Amino acid sequence: MAQAGTTHPGPCQMMRTCEHMAAPVPNPQFVLRGARSAVHALHFCHGAQGHPLLLSGSLRGLVHVWSLQTRRPLAALDGHGGQCVTWLHTLPQGPQLLSQGRDLQLCVWDLAEGRNAVVDAVHLESVGFCRASVLAEGPQRWMLAVPGRGSDEVQVLELPSKTSVSCLKPEAGARLGMPMCLQLWQAESSPRPLLLAGYEDGSLALWDVSARKVCSRVACHSEPVMALALDPRRARGVSGSAEKVLAVWSLEGQQALQVRGTHELINPGIADLKIRPDSKILATAGWDHRVRVFQWRTMKPLAMLAFHSATVHCVAFNTTGLLAAGSGDQRISVWSLYPPT
Amino acid sequence: MDPVASAVRLAVQEAVHILSSSEDGGHIISTLQSLRRYLGETETQAPPEEQEEFSRTHFSTILRCLVGKLSPDWLDLLPDGQLEELWASFFLEGPADQAFLVLMESIEGAASPSFRLMKMARLLARFLSAGRMAAVMEGQCGQQAGPASRLLQETLLTRVVGLPDHLGNRLQRETLAAFFPQNYFPLLGEEVLRVLQAVVDSLRGGLDCSVSFLSQVLGKACVHGRQKEILGVLVPRLTVLTQGNCLWQRVCWRLVECVPDRAMEAVLKGLVEAAPGPEVLSRLLGNLVTKSKKAQFVMTQKLLFLQYSCSMPMLQSLLGYLAMDSQRRPLLVQALKELLETWGSSSAIRHTPLEQQRYVSKALLICLTHLGEAELRASRDELLASLMEGVKSRLDSSLPPVRRLGMIVAEVASARLHPEGPPLKFQYEEDELTREMLALAVPWPAADGPSEAGPPVAPVSGESPDQETVDSGGPQAGWEGSDSELDSDDELVPYDMSGDGEQRGSKTPAYVRDCLEALTASEDWERWEAALRALEGLVLKSPAATREVSLELAKVLLHLEEKTAVAGFERLRQRALVAVTVTDPARVAEYLAVQFYALNYSLRQRMDILDVLALAAQELSRPGRLGRAAQRGSPGPGSQPSGAAVPAWKAVVEERVRCKTRRFCKQGSTGRAAAAGPNEFNAVAGYFFFPLLQRFDRPVVTFDLLGDDQLVLGRLAHTLGALMYLAVNTAVAVPMGKALLEFVWALRFHGDAYVRRGLLSAVSSVLLSVPAEWLLADLLDELLEARSWLADVAEQDADEDCRLLAVKALLLLEKLRDRLLPLSSP
Repeated sequence: MAQAGTTHPGPCQMMRTCEHMAAPVPNPQFVLRGARSAVHALHFCHGAQGHPLLLSGSLRGLVHVWSLQTRRPLAALDGHGGQCVTWLHTLPQGPQLLSQGRDLQLCVWDLAEGRNAVVDAVHLESVGFCRASVLAEGPQRWMLAVPGRGSDEVQVLELPSKTSVSCLKPEAGARLGMPMCLQLWQAESSPRPLLLAGYEDGSLALWDVSARKVCSRVACHSEPVMALALDPRRARGVSGSAEKVLAVWSLEGQQALQVRGTHELINPGIADLKIRPDSKILATAGWDHRVRVFQWRTMKPLAMLAFHSATVHCVAFNTTGLLAAGSGDQRISVWSLYPPT
Repeated sequence: MDPVASAVRLAVQEAVHILSSSEDGGHIISTLQSLRRYLGETETQAPPEEQEEFSRTHFSTILRCLVGKLSPDWLDLLPDGQLEELWASFFLEGPADQAFLVLMESIEGAASPSFRLMKMARLLARFLSAGRMAAVMEGQCGQQAGPASRLLQETLLTRVVGLPDHLGNRLQRETLAAFFPQNYFPLLGEEVLRVLQAVVDSLRGGLDCSVSFLSQVLGKACVHGRQKEILGVLVPRLTVLTQGNCLWQRVCWRLVECVPDRAMEAVLKGLVEAAPGPEVLSRLLGNLVTKSKKAQFVMTQKLLFLQYSCSMPMLQSLLGYLAMDSQRRPLLVQALKELLETWGSSSAIRHTPLEQQRYVSKALLICLTHLGEAELRASRDELLASLMEGVKSRLDSSLPPVRRLGMIVAEVASARLHPEGPPLKFQYEEDELTREMLALAVPWPAADGPSEAGPPVAPVSGESPDQETVDSGGPQAGWEGSDSELDSDDELVPYDMSGDGEQRGSKTPAYVRDCLEALTASEDWERWEAALRALEGLVLKSPAATREVSLELAKVLLHLEEKTAVAGFERLRQRALVAVTVTDPARVAEYLAVQFYALNYSLRQRMDILDVLALAAQELSRPGRLGRAAQRGSPGPGSQPSGAAVPAWKAVVEERVRCKTRRFCKQGSTGRAAAAGPNEFNAVAGYFFFPLLQRFDRPVVTFDLLGDDQLVLGRLAHTLGALMYLAVNTAVAVPMGKALLEFVWALRFHGDAYVRRGLLSAVSSVLLSVPAEWLLADLLDELLEARSWLADVAEQDADEDCRLLAVKALLLLEKLRDRLLPLSSP
């Protein structure tokens, strides 16, 4: 990992600094207040007339829909009985929203034409903090990975039929512990969907979903893996855990996981991490109240955003380059850093 | 009757007669010309016997006669000043000593502003510029000293050295530049050099000479305080002349040896000052210290122990001189022993000024650098004994500079005396003095030192630019390489990350009680530290909650030990204790003051108590504290950090109000009065003050204020003074002042300077804080007693700060009287 002390100006239009003095950290572009409880999930999406929206899930079980134009909440969806909403995702066909809560429900919402009603729900078997992952298999067919009934299992379902595709259980004696984070993924070249799962023991496993077997496993951390993010184009990913280290790994030949390097952090604990869709920068949500931004290619630290006064639980990017961070201090900060060219 | 003598006498008598009666210019000229024959300057010289007879017996008569004739009319008898020229030639060409004496005599005898006086003064100036002074002195070098000539020498000596004074007295404002001491004494120096040159020449020629008159001149000039002027000329020249020339060196040694005892100190001090280094001093003085008792006393006692005015280069020269010759080295060892003894004597530490203690310490360090291993080993036990004694008494002192001197000297001296043992190491702050002293302690390089050290320096300095360019070029190339490898086209520029750091406060307690619990019971050191850091803020934010547990909190904080290396632990603890005391002053202050005399505390804790009490009193008595405290207390725990926002809107509102309001009173709008409020210290000053005074004279097993723990006593005196000062404008100030003056009275002759300083500042606080009317009504006797004591201290105390403080207190007393006098007079 290159950690440059001094930088040389490149042909970057963001050059706002002189060569020797780094610019001060910018302020958030705006801050959304009114979630009334800690923010645990964030997701950018497009509303009806293409208006950009931000969805946030709170500790008290509400999902807020924020307009990024008026910067006001448009709606608050209450579907999880006051239990924490841990994961939000929209499906590309129609404004359909998936929300995972700790009430053991994964709700499917219809947001089209101003509606906000639960149209379907999947009953979950595990009450942990593991976030689900979804993969579009074809038009109107999605694959969903959620923690399964057994404490170390991962259940893969097909939506909207809710039929179980497979149940991924590590072989006896592997002692991986609970799955902590999931990422479904299908390479363009291969028809077989793959699942990356981070486990409680700090290891990362690559599952072949249809064969129900582990293709590769690597121990990246000594603490539970709290979050992982994958850059499919480079076949590389990064994971964070409860310790002070980010691990960068790659998928050699789509099959073998290999740790490429680690990046030391100042304070321990990563709650979430995301790579921007254009694969330029990586953002981490830290237990130390700070959001850190890295250049994804080199893992060079770019910025430390010390705005929040409590643990940052989640970060999200949208396609225009906005970065949102939700924190235990009930605020959502929205930043515009290094806008994509 | 000798025929030669009678012939000369006849001629002289006739000439005198003509000179005194004749008005004819030509006659006078021819008479003078005929007299000049005897001076031996004309073609027709008189026989040598006659010349000698003339100059021995008749020359001064003629000169006096010439002086007597001097008047404008007489000089105008011949045109073009011929007569004056001839007249002057007698003074400039005849025997110099007589001419000089007659000149001085006539100047002294002339009426104060007069034609004759000015003429004579100008002539004397010519005499000096013609270099005749050398002739005057040279004349005294060859002669054997008989009683008559000794009298002459005495007279000459007074005149030669006192010339600027005599002339200055006579001529007042008209005096000529040549007679200013700053011009005359360098000239005298030059003349002395010329005489010395002549002496050296005649010694080469096998003639015997004496330099004792020169020594006397030198000595007297130095006694008159003209060392700088005369030696400033002599020493540089002698430095050059004595280099590798034995004859000059011997003349020089003799010159200093013959200086009379009473002038020896002045001469030696001047020489030490003027000599550029020990080598030169050694060349100029030779082994003077072993030959002359007086010189030895001056060099080894007076300049080291009785005076402390020498600069460091002087001290270096002096001690270096003692070290340069094997005959003198025993003196250096002796000096070191005595220095160490003085340095370590507890009485000297207490009674000599700090400046002198520094001087002795520095001399000690220089001595150590000059002495070799063997010499030190020979008297090691003796030296170590007095060193240890001194270190002990110095570390006991309550004045930090004295302690620091002890530490520095002990470190250096023990390293020299006991090189094989483990090095002694003290903790002290570096400052100018310590650096200076440690630089003195670096041993002088051996003779071949510089040449050895020289060559390696040059290549390094020559090389360094190359190295630098290599260094700066290397990494740059490295970065570029790595950049190109990682396609640097979209390099992103990082923001300032300097604010990044380890996060704290995840475990910060939110309530005072939590802090208390964390500080007492917690084994979790992060939480313990967080609690310590948060405590002051919490206490100030929630006074009510603090009051419930204030005593426990104070107790815990007082006993708190630094278990982990928390940065700024002392300060955090102190701030927290002050906050607690301010929040619940009556109970906590009383508790702390009582604990001050309790059994099981360290001196550190006791001094902490004093500091906390003083700081808390200061905080309580600060005007406008209430308003600020209320403001600080208002934001609830959940509110956002909006500290910057509030003043902004406030400013906007005030600006608007100001625009829309018309004020009729001009002054009112411009300045806002400082917020007035009652002195909160008023109600509780007694709790702070009186318990501290109660038991200072009752020692307990671990704590004896009047014995060893004088440092704490000094702190106590200072703290009481501060409390008294802060109690200004309170009702309790009068009894406090009375009690404090009694305390001061009991301790006024304390031996420790730090304690005395505290007492003096306490007296000043009483004078400042207690209203004048009450001072006169209730404390009159005490004040009168204090006044005489203050006057004594101001004059006689060894410590400079004490004298200063006493003078300040006296001034306050004066002011008090001045203010009361107009009140009582009508």
